Amino acid sequence: MTEKESHTTLELLTFRLADQEYSLDIMSVREIRGWTRTTPLPHAPSYMKGVINLRGTVLPVMDLSQRLGLAPREHTDRNVIIVVNHNDIMTGLLVDAVSDIIALTADDLQPPPEMQSQSGANVVSSLTLIDERMIRVLDLSSIITEVQSTAA
Amino acid sequence: MTLEILAVDDSRTMRDMIRLALLPAGFNVHTADDGVHGIEVLEGIEPDAIITDINMPRMDGFGFIDAVRGQDKHRATPILVLTTEAAPELKARARTAGATGWIVKPFDPTKLIKALQMVAG
Amino acid sequence: MTDSNDPMAEIRASFFIECEELLEALQDGLQALDEGATDSETINVVFRAVHSIKGGAGAFGLEALVRFAHRFETALDEVRAGRMSPDGNALKLFFQCADHLSDLVRVSRDAGPLPEDETGKLLAQLDTLLGDEGGSAGEEEAEEDIDFQPATLSFDLDLGGDEDTDLPPLDIEPIGEESKSKFLIKFKPESELFETGNEPFHMLRTLDSMGECIFTCHTENLPALDELSPESSYLYWTVELIADVEIAEITSAFEFVEGLCVLEITQDADVSQTSETDAEVLSDTPVDSLSDSLDIEPETPDPAPQQVVETEAEEKKPAPEAAAPLAEKDVKTAQKAAPPAAPAKSVVRVDLDRIERLVNLVGELVINQAMLSQSLESSGLSPHSDAMNGLEEFQRLTRDIQDSVMMIRAQPVKSLFQRMSRIVREASAAVGKDVRLITDGEGTEVDKTVIERLADPLTHMIRNAVDHGLESSEDRIAAGKPAQGRVNLTAAHRSGRVVIEVSDDGGGINRPKVLQIATDKGLIAPDANLSETEIDNLLFLPGFSTATVVSDLSGRGVGMDVVRTAIQALGGRITISSTPGSGTTFSISLPLTLAVLDGMVVQVADETLVLPLNVVIETLTLSKNDVEMVRPGAHVVRVRSGFVPLFDLGKELGYRAPIEDYEGSVVLLIAHEDEGRAAIIIDSIQDQRQVVIKGLDDSFYRAPGIAAATILGDGQIALILDTSDIISNAIGSPGAPQSQNLAGLSA
Repeated sequence: MTEKESHTTLELLTFRLADQEYSLDIMSVREIRGWTRTTPLPHAPSYMKGVINLRGTVLPVMDLSQRLGLAPREHTDRNVIIVVNHNDIMTGLLVDAVSDIIALTADDLQPPPEMQSQSGANVVSSLTLIDERMIRVLDLSSIITEVQSTAA
Repeated sequence: MTLEILAVDDSRTMRDMIRLALLPAGFNVHTADDGVHGIEVLEGIEPDAIITDINMPRMDGFGFIDAVRGQDKHRATPILVLTTEAAPELKARARTAGATGWIVKPFDPTKLIKALQMVAG
Repeated sequence: MTDSNDPMAEIRASFFIECEELLEALQDGLQALDEGATDSETINVVFRAVHSIKGGAGAFGLEALVRFAHRFETALDEVRAGRMSPDGNALKLFFQCADHLSDLVRVSRDAGPLPEDETGKLLAQLDTLLGDEGGSAGEEEAEEDIDFQPATLSFDLDLGGDEDTDLPPLDIEPIGEESKSKFLIKFKPESELFETGNEPFHMLRTLDSMGECIFTCHTENLPALDELSPESSYLYWTVELIADVEIAEITSAFEFVEGLCVLEITQDADVSQTSETDAEVLSDTPVDSLSDSLDIEPETPDPAPQQVVETEAEEKKPAPEAAAPLAEKDVKTAQKAAPPAAPAKSVVRVDLDRIERLVNLVGELVINQAMLSQSLESSGLSPHSDAMNGLEEFQRLTRDIQDSVMMIRAQPVKSLFQRMSRIVREASAAVGKDVRLITDGEGTEVDKTVIERLADPLTHMIRNAVDHGLESSEDRIAAGKPAQGRVNLTAAHRSGRVVIEVSDDGGGINRPKVLQIATDKGLIAPDANLSETEIDNLLFLPGFSTATVVSDLSGRGVGMDVVRTAIQALGGRITISSTPGSGTTFSISLPLTLAVLDGMVVQVADETLVLPLNVVIETLTLSKNDVEMVRPGAHVVRVRSGFVPLFDLGKELGYRAPIEDYEGSVVLLIAHEDEGRAAIIIDSIQDQRQVVIKGLDDSFYRAPGIAAATILGDGQIALILDTSDIISNAIGSPGAPQSQNLAGLSA
């Protein structure tokens, strides 16, 4: 660790979504909290789970698997909400379970192969291998973008 | 010896600057927001020197100096005029009103302290 | 961010806050001048504002700000001195300068790029103005500018009075061998010296600090004790100073008493040469210590004060006494003209974050109190028990605290209105119209957040009024109106809300044209039969813009729809009224605060929702006969003599399928924009109470029909409905009932 500090060290929070490993820059993570019932927002896209009370502020929560186009599943007690801050916007991301925090350098990351992703946006900004597992590093800005109401 | 100073300026920034300049040098600083306020503050203290701005609402620096000099116990209290205006006629006017000396803004702490020492030791 | 450990950084931050206040005062003053004020205090306030900004800016080395403020101040000084009248073009330029000064303050604060082009342009205009009317002022200023070079960290006690004696900074020691000189100084104070509070002792001590001194006190002029006047000066000193200094530095020790004493300084050559010259000095009682010299008792009284030949060294200026009577008169006049002193209001400046925190905490307190009430009530305690009585008191206190906290955030709309006067100036200049902004109700207080979030929509509305609302001068004259157009901006409290109106005396909305555009753009059916209000409201449709040519001003893709959305996000409403030929008025009605709301808590499809209580006209329970079908999926309810469109809230929010059987349904009769009404079906009413409004971050999803949220006693979030939005959307949806009552709606 110490000899790597001369490089730019990146810390990632890894978590599971539909049996795949994803990660986020830990700098954008504010806290992790257990699943609570959300208050649904009218006419919201299906991945917008609604809002929860985060110590007196209203926090929108999105189901990350649905946001990424993965199949929706039943929620379990292991599900957690990762509270992230992106450009001063606080958002909760519902994930299956949090796995680990890993530290690596920018050299360990490689760009994802050029592909048209299903949802159009390049939500995965880079890939890395940890213990032979592929971990996808998510680009928050493409996840947290303005979405339109489903209402006409 | 701790010198007691009354600084009269309508600019909060200037009052803060004066305080910042004088406190480390061991001065005891009182402040007032304008001439009228200055006269009020003066009732409770006996400063070794007074610093006053010229352009102030309610009572300007000239009026203030005039009022201070009108009080028997402050007939000889040194008064420094703190002003951005360096024009000779303003100095003359300040002196006529009874100012002891002047210092031109922007000032640095050394300049201010030196001017104070020139009039109040 | 302020580093709390750095006092300079704190003062700097405080300076910029002060600048905002000064800029406001400047704006006010100019406005007053524009409205014809001529009293000297108004001009003084304007002058002082610029002057203080310059002073502070100098202290922080904000050179661009200092330079601009200085020239601006110079021009204002011409006005103050009565050499220039603040009207017409001069005033117009002053407004521009005030705007620019405000820009420079912001740029200086945020260390942004300097708008040098604009600065240069305005400085040139000021020069022209000064050149035209101010005589030689421009020339003088060029010299004085030097005083305001912010790099002032030298002992610059040469304060501009005598430019030719620039002092070397004390901290720079000449390199090489010492070159001490011997000076002979004669210092004879005049009586006036003492009247200014000066004390010879301090000057002599300053000399003492320069080098080796021999002081001689001359007491021969002292009168007999009984003739001694305490106001007069009898003593004089001669000093022999051996020091490595320039004459100018010695002079500087006597700077404050220039003209109040006889000062003769002669410089001998190097010390090594001779010390004989001091022989001529009267040496009654040579002493080598300053304190000794001052202890001298009067010994040789001399009744006749010696006639002194005026040979003041370095004295070049006219005697200050000549200017004195005039100066004194000026002071008195200025004081007389000043309005009665307003009692100084004591103000504490608080970081907004702290207030936000307090507001949030109070919100928590309110929720907590609600939770406590809930659990106590369900615990079966007697309503007369101590606990319940205490609870009542607790509720009252909570509410009082809440009200007080909300008061902290309230501030007058004045600052907002001032920004708008700038918008009018810029907009009217851009489109070449002569426009006057008239404001009223600037003191009206509104929640600070509301004010901040009103700026953008209001800016747009004002630009619209100038650009589209007002006709060109030629058209106005042809229509028999004054060439100068008027835009009115008013604020007032009206039944618990704030009403802000933007009106113009222009040509009014060109309804045929609006209709044509809406039809051309496919926003309405070609055969649509719309009322006048409905046509006016077409302006709020997304994608609508009346400007045939997209102008620089209001055609940047932002339409009135964005304005309406912004107003609605604040819990407000916007309405239009327009009279052809005489103008258009936009009226915004806003809640006083975004923080609390008297709400009706209702249940719909297992969700708890809150409606603003003030939109609920009455509650009804339906029976089958009350409801009539207009066409499939569209129903109306008969309320006394009229029919009101009926909506199922659960369906409208997408929470459930529409209910089939209306029998026994609870219905709220809701007031809708203008005179309209609508009935909405809910499952049950739970409560009526005050709720703390929590903003919904709609930065990536804005739910239609939802204004905000609140946190209930159980910690769950309940959404606060925007009934107007819901009803508008419902009417817009296919198959919804149309009603003549629902005027002003479209799409």
